[in-house]
Amino acid sequence: MIPARFDYVAPTTVDEAVRALADAGEDGKVIAGGQSLLPVLRMRLAAPTKLVDIGRIPELRAIREDGDAIVIGAMATHYEVQRDPLVREHAALITAATDTVADPQVRHRGTFGGSIAHADPAGDLLAPALAMDAEMVVAGMDGRRTVPAAEYFVDFFTTAMTPAELLVEVRLPKYTGWRAHYEKFNRVAQSWSMVAVAAMVRTDGGTIAEARIGLTNMASVPVRARAVEDALVGQAATAENIKAAAANAANGTSPTSDGNADGEYRSHLARVLTGRALTAAIG
Amino acid sequence: MTATAEPEVGKARLRKEDERLVTGRTRWTDNITLPGMLHLAVLRSPLAHARIAEIDTSAAREMPGVIAVFTAKDLDPAREIGLPCAWPVTPDMKHPRRPVLAADKVNFAGEGVAVVAARSAAEAQDALEAIDVEYEDLPVVLDMEAALAEGTTVIHEDLGTNENAVWVFDSGEAGTGGDVQQAITDAEVTVTRRFRQQRLVPAFMEPRATVVDPTGPQLTVWSSTQIPHILRVMTALTLGLPEHKLRVIAPDVGGGFGGKIGVLPEELMTLLVARKLGKPVKWNESRSDCMATAHHGRDQIQDITITATRDGTITGLKVDLLADMGAYLGVVAPGVPLLGAFMFNAIYKIPSYRFACTNVFTNKTITDAYRGAGRPEATFAIERIMDELAVELDMDPLALREKNWIKHEEFPYTTVAGLTYDSGNYEAATERAKQLFDYDGLRREQEARRASNDPVQLGIGISTYTEMCGLAPSRVLGSLAYGAGGWEHAAIRMLPTGKVEVVTGSSAHGQGHETAWSQIVADQLGVPFEDIEVLHGDTQFSPRGMDTYGSRSLTVGGTALVLAAHRVLDKAKPVAAHLLECAVDDIEFAGGKFAVKGTDKSVGIQDVALAVFAAHDLPDGYEANLDSDATFDPDNFSYPHGTHLCATEVDTETGRVSIRSYVCVDDVGKVVNPLIVEGQVHGGLAQGIAQALYEEAVHDESGTLTSGTFADYHLPSAADLPTFVTDRTETPSTTNPLGVKGVGEAGTIASTPAVVNAIVDALRHMGVADVEMPCSPMRVWQAIQGGAR
Ligand SMILES: Cc1cc2nc3c(=O)[nH]c(=O)nc-3n(C[C@H](O)[C@H](O)[C@H](O)COP(=O)(O)OP(=O)(O)OC[C@H]3O[C@@H](n4cnc5c(N)ncnc54)[C@H](O)[C@@H]3O)c2cc1C
Repeated sequence: MIPARFDYVAPTTVDEAVRALADAGEDGKVIAGGQSLLPVLRMRLAAPTKLVDIGRIPELRAIREDGDAIVIGAMATHYEVQRDPLVREHAALITAATDTVADPQVRHRGTFGGSIAHADPAGDLLAPALAMDAEMVVAGMDGRRTVPAAEYFVDFFTTAMTPAELLVEVRLPKYTGWRAHYEKFNRVAQSWSMVAVAAMVRTDGGTIAEARIGLTNMASVPVRARAVEDALVGQAATAENIKAAAANAANGTSPTSDGNADGEYRSHLARVLTGRALTAAIG
Repeated sequence: MTATAEPEVGKARLRKEDERLVTGRTRWTDNITLPGMLHLAVLRSPLAHARIAEIDTSAAREMPGVIAVFTAKDLDPAREIGLPCAWPVTPDMKHPRRPVLAADKVNFAGEGVAVVAARSAAEAQDALEAIDVEYEDLPVVLDMEAALAEGTTVIHEDLGTNENAVWVFDSGEAGTGGDVQQAITDAEVTVTRRFRQQRLVPAFMEPRATVVDPTGPQLTVWSSTQIPHILRVMTALTLGLPEHKLRVIAPDVGGGFGGKIGVLPEELMTLLVARKLGKPVKWNESRSDCMATAHHGRDQIQDITITATRDGTITGLKVDLLADMGAYLGVVAPGVPLLGAFMFNAIYKIPSYRFACTNVFTNKTITDAYRGAGRPEATFAIERIMDELAVELDMDPLALREKNWIKHEEFPYTTVAGLTYDSGNYEAATERAKQLFDYDGLRREQEARRASNDPVQLGIGISTYTEMCGLAPSRVLGSLAYGAGGWEHAAIRMLPTGKVEVVTGSSAHGQGHETAWSQIVADQLGVPFEDIEVLHGDTQFSPRGMDTYGSRSLTVGGTALVLAAHRVLDKAKPVAAHLLECAVDDIEFAGGKFAVKGTDKSVGIQDVALAVFAAHDLPDGYEANLDSDATFDPDNFSYPHGTHLCATEVDTETGRVSIRSYVCVDDVGKVVNPLIVEGQVHGGLAQGIAQALYEEAVHDESGTLTSGTFADYHLPSAADLPTFVTDRTETPSTTNPLGVKGVGEAGTIASTPAVVNAIVDALRHMGVADVEMPCSPMRVWQAIQGGAR
């Protein structure tokens, strides 16, 4: 399988990259780790005429602390994110979810920003980003803008970015001291989530003070399980309370049907896995 | 030059071939590049059933790098070429002509309609997009029962039916047993079930590829095939080419599992294009094309009825199969269900048996042999229904099996299907498996989990299998209307320096022949393992061979090798006697040395080889040549058997199944290399478990394969599988001098029912009596919901 012909540029700054994208118009495409894009090109499901490789822009690789936030550069690989102590300490949900992404080969090439920008509803980093109220920093010809996660994911494989924009970095508020767990359910090891639950809780004594829960693959975009969160706050962290709250996990979702799961089964899984994610997070 | 003291056979030698195979530093077909070589790309139909109104290739011909574009009209204007089927199971079997490229009509999604030859693979691929095909949709026929119904669309109009053949075996009529209808009438207990064998993709690691070089004295075909010899004959016959002008080479081949026993339209297409253009041509394929167009496996509906007395003695077995051939016939496809016909009775003494199979055409990819071919299907059905019968009788499933199986002292035993099992010891294998598994302990745990309503339930699955392999006695194949024999050939060439070349007609594609064959020859001739080179897969130096499938290589090809080695020794003996100045009768051979009995005078076989090469001092009239060959045709199959026990944990909240432990005790007779046996068992288990839990080729209602990539076709990896506990009993086969039995398919054949039995066993108390394969979490969960209702 061979992609259709394309031109290739590899700028070294964000400004150059943005210009290259603007020049290419509708026919341009960013390539990051290429793990999702290359299969698309090889199967000729898309045929952009210009690829802008952002792998040589040093700025995009960094993971840093910026006041109340942890900032992950779009080109940080899953492997780098997985091992980053700052992420582990302040954004443990990201570490937990990244651990479940694909296999070591893909994690060495695939990027955090690529996953977010690709916006595959089965991708494992979207629900954590949503649950954490991440902010996406996007660069275009008119400069940079910040898009909250709740507005960033628009539809299947569709974000609030225009084709001429570049995702530069993702800002994650610190959730230091929160307990997190990512509960993923898939058919074979190293494959995509059928359903997954990203759960994060702050407990105070034996009581759940705050809870944030994101669901993977329960709609065309990641969704917050608000009903569960609301039901948990102020409750004692007991098995019965978790179970009762988790029963609301599928409320307001619109899961799709495919060969692995129909909507009814996905909703059932969301409830079971939410209970398990919370139980594991609370520990 | 000393011979190895310890026998080579039985040693866990690391495989000689692995360094080059594992690192990929070898010649795969796709690595072959010839000067001036052109590349092919095939335009494939997106529709499963449609008339071709028009194909416009004019724009594609103008594309950069394009040398030619061909359609059926150009490649086969007279419409003479039809792909071969070697197994006309009945005299009136329907055999539709399968053209190299579809001419008027496409019959499955993926069928080739045009082919581009270009200077580069990329240019060939680009040109495909410029070809315009106008299709007129036809109704698709996907379901086998619907395909047979009155008034259904007929795929091959000239045949007038979607029925390929009906093949029946009846023990009453054959005189091998009683009348099953009577058994059903008289039965105290009858159990009837319908099982479905889903479609599977053989998923070999190296996709298919062919290179054809039309320059030079012979037309040379390289192909990633399991069957270079058969391919040569079939290609010659199909295209009307003189066989001696054709050379076929299977270089290193990256797996097959039966998936590469075809004669492919693409192979013939590549050859035809190469001849037309007078240039070397390569065809290769993407994984997606491979999954959609390389033959699939299984796909049967099995209706099975078993009858028994109240005390658990089986009295009859009746099987009705529907087998999906897909749109055309694969090389052995119509016969695949027949390989199962002799196996439904399995290890049991069953007094009456009837088997009937209806092969059906549908608008899907063709099916054909896939690891086990017919036998996994049969083993699944009988082992599943044995569990159901045990429930019906309220007996322990292992006890029911033991009550009915052929006892060790009853061998050789002629079964109700007419085969004679030469040997076996089901008691020993089962006893060992039970110990390793802790059968009784797990049963107790199962009770406890049921009692406590544990969300994770435990189930135990049993499969006590045998299989016929080592294909095959030529006479038996003849009686089943198979188009060829089942012998195998081997040649041994003694080189002047004492090194040895072994030529085998069995074409290895990952099995480890180079190692095992070296071990056998090392013992037979007493030369070091390292001094032996095993050659295979090229009709130029290996003109005779029947290739590799049906767990036949060692039992048939290995035996040919032993016979050839005996002939080398027979030829060497007079030379040794001459050199040692004694009578031939005074020579004894051991450990690579010809010695004069009762003396310490001896000469090594490698020195004899040098003496024969020099030919200065040989017996009068001696023909200076030690090289020998032999052909072996077995007079029976070999019958490996064993007991597989599987414990599954089923998460009743999600439906997920995990295998907690898997024990198998296989009896494959004498073992040449335990490491290779272990590898074959592990790989076989993985594939058999994959059928139970993961894999399925799914077509949507339009006939499109929706599981066409590894993102949707779930191939398990090591991470999904348990640590296998394997052991062996050793009951030598009496049908070959090595005492060996096949092992290539055993794991696949045995494991699938063990897993499904374990799942059903875990959930039986929740009202679950079956789960359709693959037992995905959703299916298991739905079965639990259904059971609870
Ligand atoms: C075998 C396999 C298994 C996988 N399993 C999983 C899994 O279990 N879970 C999971 O979450 N993911 C999985 N993935 C996907 C993986 O995480 C990818 O790395 C990720 O989806 C895309 O990252 P990438 O860097 O490769 O992006 P690319 O493939 O380079 O790009 C993907 C898309 O995003 C766009 N893009 C990328 N970066 C930017 C940017 N900075 N600004 C604007 N647009 C951008 C590209 O234009 C393209 O459209 C798997 C991939 C493979 C190949």
